[in-house]
Amino acid sequence: MFLFKKTDPGVRELLKTAKDGVVVCGHCKEEIDRKELIRNYYICPKCQKYLRIPARDRITLIADRDSFSEMAANVTSVDFLKFPGYEEKLNKARMSTGEKEAVVCGVCKIDGISVAIFAMDPRFIMASMGSAVGEKITRIFEHATRYHLPVIGFTASGGARMQEGIVSLMQMAKVSGAVKRHSNGGNLYVTVLTDPTTGGVTASFAMQGDILLAEPKALIGFAGRRVVEQTTKSTLPDNFQSAEFLLEHGFIDQIIPREDLRDTIVNILKLHSRKGETL
Amino acid sequence: MIAYEKLKLARQNGRPTGSAYLDELFTNRLDLCGDRRYGEDAAIIGGIGYLGDMPVTYIAIDKGTDLDSRLKKNFGCPKPEGYRKALRLMKQAEKFNRPVICFVDTLGAYPGAEAEERGQGQAIAENIMEMMGLKTPVISVVIGEGGSGGALALCASDRVYMLENAVYSVITPEGCATILWKDAKRVADAAECLHITAEDMVEYHVAERVIPEDFTHFKRMCADLKKVLLSDLAVITQNSISGMLENRYERFRRIGIYEEAAGKYGNP
Ligand SMILES: [Zn+2]
Repeated sequence: MFLFKKTDPGVRELLKTAKDGVVVCGHCKEEIDRKELIRNYYICPKCQKYLRIPARDRITLIADRDSFSEMAANVTSVDFLKFPGYEEKLNKARMSTGEKEAVVCGVCKIDGISVAIFAMDPRFIMASMGSAVGEKITRIFEHATRYHLPVIGFTASGGARMQEGIVSLMQMAKVSGAVKRHSNGGNLYVTVLTDPTTGGVTASFAMQGDILLAEPKALIGFAGRRVVEQTTKSTLPDNFQSAEFLLEHGFIDQIIPREDLRDTIVNILKLHSRKGETL
Repeated sequence: MIAYEKLKLARQNGRPTGSAYLDELFTNRLDLCGDRRYGEDAAIIGGIGYLGDMPVTYIAIDKGTDLDSRLKKNFGCPKPEGYRKALRLMKQAEKFNRPVICFVDTLGAYPGAEAEERGQGQAIAENIMEMMGLKTPVISVVIGEGGSGGALALCASDRVYMLENAVYSVITPEGCATILWKDAKRVADAAECLHITAEDMVEYHVAERVIPEDFTHFKRMCADLKKVLLSDLAVITQNSISGMLENRYERFRRIGIYEEAAGKYGNP
């Protein structure tokens, strides 16, 4: 079963550079051909579970071909508190992902419409938000405010990055200030909540979109499941803090399967294009 | 072990809770209840009163003083309806041009199942975003514990004061120790690593003032705090609304320590 639509340019782009070989599905442990997985939008063809998508691939999947231009690419974290293990964690994440930080930001076109975009990378210290992530996302909102661009944000995060102490908590307010200015300017912000979006990111820009979309079964919440279980002193239902749970409780607009995401976002962008702008 | 000593003091039984400050600082108090959405959260006390001769809106997280009140107030861990009540009162303050004074003392936002069902993350996110654009002055005083997002939801302000032994942290030291060393008992080490003291907050531009503690002369201490609040409010309101919002934006905009150098960690 291939979900790949012939009209979807992103999959084709990813396939061009994809290495041959197999990856092991973290859910069913089956070996999957890497190209088959990409053709299937990183959905395991064996067990149908949504695998996490690297940030750069996210952007390639949705952006028009060769339209992405990265911004704030060289902003990187510093271990300014000399926090135990942080330097090693950063180095390991940089080596294993090839990314400098847990978020990739920039501008691109989607079906010809200019947007600002950011995608968080859960492979990078669980995409926790420290100074660098906060700075990059703030800059992309400031840029989008200045040029009246919509922002499309793919969230995934373990929350604030405790290795940067209180400074990481303050990034929530810093980004929120930039989101507020962008919103005051009459600009559109669409968040796509992906697995897992938790903690301080849920409690700030993940929930501040005009339109909130989520991927099927994505974990989305504030407190960690174990903490909630200890507090509530009972076992929680399986779907607790899932995208479906949030939809049921009125906290997101829609759950969109990956193969329909680009079409949905194009439609949202068109519905928000200003008078006099060409589609 | 300064951080750990301060953490213990910040959590100590008998330390004045939010309501003690409201009693001392404000006259003609009118407490206002409910979020108009779901319910009333006793963990957050809000209302209107005079600070000197100026009507202000007060919002205080209160941990309670005995077992009964502590249970009722969830030990000062607010639920979404508490944060939504706070936002309602802040918007009301904006309408009537009243400054807002917040008192913060929480281990963190309540992490129960019903809080998640009612959108704890969304409630905090909305508070922070709306505070960043609130067209009236806001001063927040961390009187005990400033626990993570649950504290920040009342601290996206023009000024933040730390009481001398108050702490402010991205995560509880217990939580941090559990993640780092799989040992919640290494609280003291975690507290040290996280940099949670009032002096740390001033160093990282998270707070502007450290307020000396003198609980044996609590009346006098609050009288001094009132003077400081009034004089800072006078400074903030000298500015235009847009100037005040610009300063509030910049207050957070400049927080962050990072490097920016091309090619330092090249892609493989
Ligand atoms: Zn699988």
